[in-house]
Amino acid sequence: MDNLILRAKELLENKTVQVVIGYEAGPTGVVRPAFISDPANADSLIYDERCVQNLAVYLTKPEVKHLGRIAIVSSLPVMRSIMMLISEQQISYDEIVVLGISADGVLLDIADLSVMQGYIDKSDLSNPVKYKELLAELKKLTPAEKFEYWQKELSKCIKCYACRQACPMCYCTRCTVEVNQPQWISVQSNAHGNMEWHILRAMHLAGRCISCGECGRACPVGIPCHLLTMHLTDQVYNYFKVYAGTSEKMNSVMSTYEPNDKESFIV
Amino acid sequence: METIRKLIRKQSLEKLYNNLAANRKVYAPVIAADKKAEYKYNPGFADVTFDHIRSTLSVKNIVFPKVENLFFYENSKTESTITDIDLDKIPEVVLWGAHPCDNAAFDTLRSIFCWDTKDEFFSRRLEKLTVIGLGCHSSDEYCFCTSVGLSPSSSRGSDILLTKLQTGDYQAEILTAKGNEIVSSFPDLFEPLTDEKVDITEVKQKFSHKQVTEKLAGAFEHEFWIANSLRCIGCGACAYVCPTCACFDIQDETKGKNGKRYRSWDSCGFGLFTLHTSGHNPRHVQSQRWRQRIMHKFSYMPDRNESLGCVGCGRCSSGCPVDMNIAEQLEALQNI
Amino acid sequence: MSDFEPKIVAFVCNWCTYAGADLTGTSRIKYASNVKIIRFPCTGRIDFMLLLKAFSNGADGIIVSGCHPNDCHYTSGNFHAKRRWIMFKELMDFMGIDMSRITFSWVSAAEGARWAEVVNTTVTRIRELGPYVSYKELVNKSVEEEVKNG
Repeated sequence: MDNLILRAKELLENKTVQVVIGYEAGPTGVVRPAFISDPANADSLIYDERCVQNLAVYLTKPEVKHLGRIAIVSSLPVMRSIMMLISEQQISYDEIVVLGISADGVLLDIADLSVMQGYIDKSDLSNPVKYKELLAELKKLTPAEKFEYWQKELSKCIKCYACRQACPMCYCTRCTVEVNQPQWISVQSNAHGNMEWHILRAMHLAGRCISCGECGRACPVGIPCHLLTMHLTDQVYNYFKVYAGTSEKMNSVMSTYEPNDKESFIV
Repeated sequence: METIRKLIRKQSLEKLYNNLAANRKVYAPVIAADKKAEYKYNPGFADVTFDHIRSTLSVKNIVFPKVENLFFYENSKTESTITDIDLDKIPEVVLWGAHPCDNAAFDTLRSIFCWDTKDEFFSRRLEKLTVIGLGCHSSDEYCFCTSVGLSPSSSRGSDILLTKLQTGDYQAEILTAKGNEIVSSFPDLFEPLTDEKVDITEVKQKFSHKQVTEKLAGAFEHEFWIANSLRCIGCGACAYVCPTCACFDIQDETKGKNGKRYRSWDSCGFGLFTLHTSGHNPRHVQSQRWRQRIMHKFSYMPDRNESLGCVGCGRCSSGCPVDMNIAEQLEALQNI
Repeated sequence: MSDFEPKIVAFVCNWCTYAGADLTGTSRIKYASNVKIIRFPCTGRIDFMLLLKAFSNGADGIIVSGCHPNDCHYTSGNFHAKRRWIMFKELMDFMGIDMSRITFSWVSAAEGARWAEVVNTTVTRIRELGPYVSYKELVNKSVEEEVKNG
């Protein structure tokens, strides 16, 4: 990934950006996010198939914004998250430099927002293949089997909110689950509280989820909670023909409407 | 009491387990569908694992459940009636096959929950707990018990500590009266110990906790905290999987006239943890929260509770989605 | 099960369905008394969490009703609501939660008879389905019980 390192160095040296967010291998060999502000340290940047975390989650954090202008190593999900964050007016494209990486690991030249737009436009935006298969299998189950499957999975939940914290779209400074006047959902981590939390999370991400799968990856107890949001991503496309994170001007699916939206269950 | 060492044959372990499980709750590790170890109540002996390194969650929930009801209430127009929880109903639990780090953590938790006022809920649960520990014959890169004053064969917190012998049988160290009671209930299962060659893993020491504690005393304002916590996403995973983290949140849940007050796990890593009603937040950025986590375990607790707040199980690091490796950071802190 | 009286919560908008239900009464049309009506300014205000709250507080069935499309007092509240219900239904179906316990309908201020029909068919259906046991169990299951079974 020499090109990436060279580009990162260049950006830091000519002070275009103050920090580069990318990936590095930690002392134990585990890949993790790196915040590089000294060009001399740019050599530690790596990019390979282990670099899966969605780095866009850092773009809305005050302590990261505080560092100055950011260059961010961006695979497709990161670019889509950036697009989504711009459309929701959480960040502006001027605050960042996108170090785009193609699906086969090549550094892209993302000169401006329209180039990024073009790259997203010609990419496959549906859910990743491995999850498509899982989703299809789950959909085949009977309602009772689905209920049992999710109850079993959600019973593992400890409400550490890693799914929320890992998600670039969950940037609210105060989450509904933390509001207790009125208390919208049960804070307890039990069968009922866990289910309500995961319904709430999925619904608040409907039409906003860009299918990176980060929530499921972050979960310390291995709940496939990303399947809930990915299912809704599928359905949003199915009903409204929209994928999240595809345009800086896109309106949030759940806060707009088309008069001819089709449904079959309202009597 | 003085430690007694005995031998228990591999086949006798099953008898011991089944006898205990017949009339008690036995909490033992099994390998779950996702290949990770988890603890379950009264699994069949065939499913119980003796080879796990660490379960995803610690076993602290026996004494500090993730949600614990404190009392129930009923409101009328003029007054509230409170019904206490019947603590006598807390069942006896045998913890089976937990590793020395997890068992030592009960001591650490006691130093928090019984620091000045004795926490009734916690201490009653602890009284009802008997620990049959298992020395570690395997470890991985996340283990660092030897850096926090423990070892793969530490007996702290265990009532009986089993250690695998090279013959495949087990050595049983009987450490407390509670442990002795079990052994004397099943005298046929225990034999005199002859072969003492034990199969114990080696865990490399990564840092000196004493040195870390000394360094931390003057490191509150150090730039280390910001540089090493930027990648922290502020979830509660580390605290929730930690065997010694004891912070909790108290909530009321009311339905109509009736309700309950309960406590549930909380984490100093959350932004809202220290948010004041005024809107001021003394720990308003993640670096301050990360500093608090390390300071609490390695500086404040040795100072106040005379106990280190970490047992070196490595769960926080192995469970972290962004590789906030605590042992690595402490190693670095030791040298700042 | 013969003496089972379903508890139904109806979330209705102020401008159409609530007025429609009023008309049902003034027209002296009888309908099942199992329904407890909660009036909202608009269907756009009916958060999905409110429906979950109704179930967790013991409802066996739910009716959500508002103005017909293009008749919203606030122009578009019901269109927003429609999108929300489409997604909510898909999510609930995916998680195996029984959506046949929720009736979504459009009832205008002039449709007093229709409101009675919506309520009656819902009550009949919920009566056949019986009490919503699986949700009630879910709510009542204490952590201790979970641990015991786990």
